[in-house]
Amino acid sequence: MHELSIAHSLVEIAVETAENARMKRVKALYLKLGALSGVVKEALEFSFDVVIQGTPLEGARLVIEDVPVKVFCPDCQEAHKLPEPFPMRCPVCGTRTGQVLEGRELELYSLEGGEGDAADDAKPPNC
Amino acid sequence: MQQMTLNPRIVEIRQNVLKKNDLLARELRKRFRETGVYVVNLVSSPGAGKTTLLTEMLTRLGERYGVAALVGDLATENDAERLRQSGAKVRQITTGTVCHLEADMIERSLEGWNLEDIDFLFIENVGNLVCPASYDLGENQRVVLFSVTEGEDKPVKYPTIVNSADVAVITKIDLAEAVGFQRDRFNEALNEVRPGIPILEVSVRTGEGIDEWISRLEAAKEAFEKTVGSS
Repeated sequence: MHELSIAHSLVEIAVETAENARMKRVKALYLKLGALSGVVKEALEFSFDVVIQGTPLEGARLVIEDVPVKVFCPDCQEAHKLPEPFPMRCPVCGTRTGQVLEGRELELYSLEGGEGDAADDAKPPNC
Repeated sequence: MQQMTLNPRIVEIRQNVLKKNDLLARELRKRFRETGVYVVNLVSSPGAGKTTLLTEMLTRLGERYGVAALVGDLATENDAERLRQSGAKVRQITTGTVCHLEADMIERSLEGWNLEDIDFLFIENVGNLVCPASYDLGENQRVVLFSVTEGEDKPVKYPTIVNSADVAVITKIDLAEAVGFQRDRFNEALNEVRPGIPILEVSVRTGEGIDEWISRLEAAKEAFEKTVGSS
């Protein structure tokens, strides 16, 4: 259950980022989770709900985007997404390949703030 | 997605959640490289035979090299005591409730050791085939161990750790016949999740495969030294 440690790191990064961005309330955290990251989504969601108690992130939602495994096939000379992370075979020609291009991600890629934030004063571009 | 990035309340981060660990692992790797320490991270389920094989490795390699080991367990000094009998420098890392080792635990455990005196550093991870997969410890190679008693489909049940490993070692091979170990099925399972992974079979009890394993480690260390010399 290393997802609890990971949830702690996630919250640490998010709190720091929110403070720097003068975001008073965080509504949602967007995370990319690769199928080969070694992290169980449900365990991470559970841990997240526990870890945010009493932090500035309390009440925030964790939105997880699953990233499938993408491999490079030496026979097709092309990158292909795998329907399932394993077996590691090219889905087109069936050749085995261990050249993983995507699928190991464990990346916090954005935070969404709440209403009434200092950031509300900022004007979106092109307005 | 595009619309969201235009929302003023959205802050882009794009940060690896394990960045702290990975940065620390990178620093460790640099330190190991500068001091010529070749690092091997051993991962397996509890009872696969990590400590037994490690004792053998420390004893054999200890005759010609400076060897050291860090041993991770939730509790007890038992494994470290077993390993110390080989004469190697050994430190136990007791993790409490943590099911894996992290780079900062490695860094703290190295305190006071002169890395210049160490040629091989072995890290025996906590017995667990799930959690250690996510943590880089600054190692040169990750070795996943399976014993013949664990069942031929074990690699496909725990694919992520196998996929992150560089070498697979099958232990207790002297029991293969007794437990009806199906070598082809096992190797096939390993290749489904980590195509092309080198597979070695060993038995500490009979000595089978141990010479080959030790030679392999020495060759890896030699190749490592060449890359250190050329940088």
